[in-house]
Amino acid sequence: MLSGQVVLKIKDLVKNYDQRAVLKGLTLTVSQGEVLVVIGPSGCGKSTLLRCLNGLEPVNGGQIIFEGQYLTDPQTNWSRIRQRVGMVFQNYELFPHLTALENILLGPIKVQNKSREEALAKAEYWLNRVDLWDRRHSFPRQLSGGQKQRVAIVRALAMDPEIMLFDEVTASLDPEMVREVLDVITNLAQEGLTMLIVTHEMAFARAVADRIIFLDDGGIVEDSTPDVFFQNPATERARRFLNIFHYDDIHKPNGSLNLAKNNL
Amino acid sequence: MDLDFILAKGPIFLAAAQLTVTVAFFGILLSAVVGLLCAVVKFYRWPVAHRLVSAYIELARNTPLMVQLFFLYFGLPRLGFIWEGQTCAILGLTFLGGGYMAEAFRGGLSAVGKDQVEAGLSIGLNRFQLLRYVIVPQALAVSLPAISATTIFLMKETSVFSIVALPDLMYVAKDLLKEGHSSETNTLLVASYLAVILPISLIFAWLERRLRFAGFGS
Repeated sequence: MLSGQVVLKIKDLVKNYDQRAVLKGLTLTVSQGEVLVVIGPSGCGKSTLLRCLNGLEPVNGGQIIFEGQYLTDPQTNWSRIRQRVGMVFQNYELFPHLTALENILLGPIKVQNKSREEALAKAEYWLNRVDLWDRRHSFPRQLSGGQKQRVAIVRALAMDPEIMLFDEVTASLDPEMVREVLDVITNLAQEGLTMLIVTHEMAFARAVADRIIFLDDGGIVEDSTPDVFFQNPATERARRFLNIFHYDDIHKPNGSLNLAKNNL
Repeated sequence: MDLDFILAKGPIFLAAAQLTVTVAFFGILLSAVVGLLCAVVKFYRWPVAHRLVSAYIELARNTPLMVQLFFLYFGLPRLGFIWEGQTCAILGLTFLGGGYMAEAFRGGLSAVGKDQVEAGLSIGLNRFQLLRYVIVPQALAVSLPAISATTIFLMKETSVFSIVALPDLMYVAKDLLKEGHSSETNTLLVASYLAVILPISLIFAWLERRLRFAGFGS
């Protein structure tokens, strides 16, 4: 699956909000077809990292090189780049005044100047794949959260991106809708689409990732395979983070929850 | 009530109503264009332009239309700009209306979230396309009640055009009042304004209802 060709190179990336450093010199290389899952505690800079990659956040230092092109160059034509870098947001952000289909066709027709027939054929293909062709004339308000997010994924895919960025795309969904969205992403991963995924779904991360990037305090703490990271994390910081997702110990007689209760 | 008088003078009011509608149509249309441009400039906070726009909006909204018309009709000719009454009326209405429309549109634009802007940028839309396909359509729906109120307000403001010698509804009514028949003339005047403005109110009410049902649900 890994053809090895470098798609994206990030060198010493620095991003500050006001005076606070969010990314402190982050370096990362992504190859063609790789699925990177970025995890870490909230505020560690994982969403900021994705947003820097398609120019939604201006960076303060370092370099981002996408397919040989320096995105940190102030002359960057972001409209061109964004057609090749698909982005899916936590809160879907479908355009509420357009139907599902119109949401999907807008980019290909207006930005990429494709004919309506060509754009429609592609939309039909992708909507069928996410089981929503029948709902193409629905407005976003008429769709469930999971359906909205699947339309949002198709909207990004319709541009034929070379890399997809997923920013906590299941964080706003009810549990039963999380699955339908994750299945779509897993499917895309198996087809060899290059992806950067920020998520809190650990089981999903483990299943879909080629590489796990554990971010904390604006830098990469661990960069390893899912098996190594989840079974045998190299750092204490990662172990502590992973423990948050384990509930097995709570009900032991001397578990931390009981202690907390006694203290009350 | 002298029905013969009303029937005899009806055509005069019809012609005056046509003039009122024509001037109002162009004035309000241009107001909307000026207002939208001003609102966009303020929305993007373009460095110098947005201060100029703010100054214009304050000037337009805080001076009476009659004073603005005086300036256009009697003041500017001294500087060498001579316009006929109808042009003055349209320009005056645009100057006044542009300020109100700018505020009406601004409310709608500020209701469109930053996230929608980012979603639009993410599929590669440029600044103009973002406005055209994402921001303005959503803003229009939110602004519609304010746009409707401004349109009706501007329709009624046309009644001061008689000071630039434009034979509009108010002008012909004043003329007829000199000959007596005040109750007939007043009836014609009220009926004419109602006939012109009421349909516009109803159309906007219908539009608002439709858009509320379409109500985006966000």
